Amino acid sequence: MNKPELMGFDILKIRRDFPILGQQVYNKPLVYLDNGATTHKPRAVIDTMTELQEKHNSSIHRGIHYLSEQMTDRYEKARETVRRFINAASSNEIIFTSGATGSINGAAFSFGEKYVKAGDEVLVTEMEHHSNIVPWQMLCERKGAKLRVIPINDRGELILDSLEHMLNKRTRIVAMVHASNSLGTINPVKQVIRIAHERGIPVLIAGAQMVQHGEVDVRDLDCDFYAFSSHKIFGPTGSGVLYGKEALLEELPPFQGGGDMVENVTFERTTYNTLPFKFEAGTTNFIGAIGLASALDYLEQVGLEGIRQHEAELIRYARVKLGGIEGLQLLGDAPNRISVFSFVLEGIHPYDAGMILDKMGIAVRTGTHCTQPVMDHFGITGTIRASMVFYNTIAEVDALSDGINKAIQMLF
Amino acid sequence: MTLKETQKDIVEEFSVYEDWLDKYNYLIELGNELPLMDPAYKNNEYLISGCQSKVWLHAEMKEGKIEFQADSDAIIVKGIVALLVKVMSGRTPEEILGNDLFFIDEIGLRQNLSPTRSNGLLAMVKKMRLYAMAYQAKQQKSNGK
Repeated sequence: MNKPELMGFDILKIRRDFPILGQQVYNKPLVYLDNGATTHKPRAVIDTMTELQEKHNSSIHRGIHYLSEQMTDRYEKARETVRRFINAASSNEIIFTSGATGSINGAAFSFGEKYVKAGDEVLVTEMEHHSNIVPWQMLCERKGAKLRVIPINDRGELILDSLEHMLNKRTRIVAMVHASNSLGTINPVKQVIRIAHERGIPVLIAGAQMVQHGEVDVRDLDCDFYAFSSHKIFGPTGSGVLYGKEALLEELPPFQGGGDMVENVTFERTTYNTLPFKFEAGTTNFIGAIGLASALDYLEQVGLEGIRQHEAELIRYARVKLGGIEGLQLLGDAPNRISVFSFVLEGIHPYDAGMILDKMGIAVRTGTHCTQPVMDHFGITGTIRASMVFYNTIAEVDALSDGINKAIQMLF
Repeated sequence: MTLKETQKDIVEEFSVYEDWLDKYNYLIELGNELPLMDPAYKNNEYLISGCQSKVWLHAEMKEGKIEFQADSDAIIVKGIVALLVKVMSGRTPEEILGNDLFFIDEIGLRQNLSPTRSNGLLAMVKKMRLYAMAYQAKQQKSNGK
């Protein structure tokens, strides 16, 4: 097995790339384990954003002057970077949005307008983040359609048998998460997509957590839509991507109207621009999009294989360490998982533990993680979640473990 | 002791603790010492829920003073709840409305009452003031008869 070090993965150098990591909180070194909420930005991304704003800022797609030509060029190059990163067939399939939530809302709206009618069904899963539930609920309400839910088992895995039974002639789309932000489970999305496609049903994959950790190849998955956020993959906030198969996107109406997404406008009739511009109304967050591309470039430079191996090591270690704490119950323990660990401590409210960990410099997330149905499934009000990425270390897992033991001491 | 004096006492008690974990230990103690809330009131009617933790609050007017009973499912929150009850309970509506809760800032717990901290505490303080306003209005009405 190739050790990450041999592949040039230097954890100390990587941590120096992220300016925010070196700080102290409450006079203790920051142990940042809330990457499921948002990730930090490497110097390369921060510098790109600063440079854009200092030297190159200009409106895209509209101007004829030097700055605008340059910026348009960089924006479209960013689109190509994203295309390559997720292995989409064409950059017409890459739409820049405000984030995963914006992407899913947009896809749900447009798809719904064209294909969902009264009595139709939309299928989601019990482990969805609210951003992949509420837009579909809203759609179903608008159209008089029905929202159905694929259940999970107590290991936090999808019950695939249910999927087969729930797909029927009225099912219009399946929307599911690639990797759960509260359970850590990586779903068998390729299998689900194959099953759905056998019945002619398209699938939207919400990939915000997954892109952080693993390779996403949309052609290999054969998904019809894929949504993710820039800020979860070391890029800036306010940007994200909706990938859609070109043929599908051609058929769909836009979800926002305004400038740049039009071809010809009169009060009688407006025609729309070609892909991908049809779905990018107004002045998009072009600086954010280019920032996202620079984050993807940074990741490729670090080396995706080294990242994966380091995270695999973190998962292995954390599972052992956390598993060894008496009174700690992991929520969801699927064999195929990302480095996200949700747990409860016996007799202790997650909020209390989280507050104590915070004062030890350890940043975790407590609560429902915007997945209330998951909490309901397990009959709890919330968990403590530690979510790690490639700039976290084994020492930080140790710090977490020590912190939890201390919190248990104080609270039990 | 006035409401102000009670707060000053609390600030002094906390001043011995510089370390956050010591402060929390003390709050946990206070939370454990808080008299049990009448189980009849620990229901949805008196629930002020935040996203992270639950807070229950019951108020009753007795001889011109408001008696509060409160609880939380998170022990650190319960400690702060205990302090709020200590300060605000057994006071007239005028005392409650006429005083601000400076002790929170001074013991360093402002972050717990910020709107972003959805632990129910900010809502609880608001509710306590609302009760005071309601009782005051009721009092004035019956005085005016």
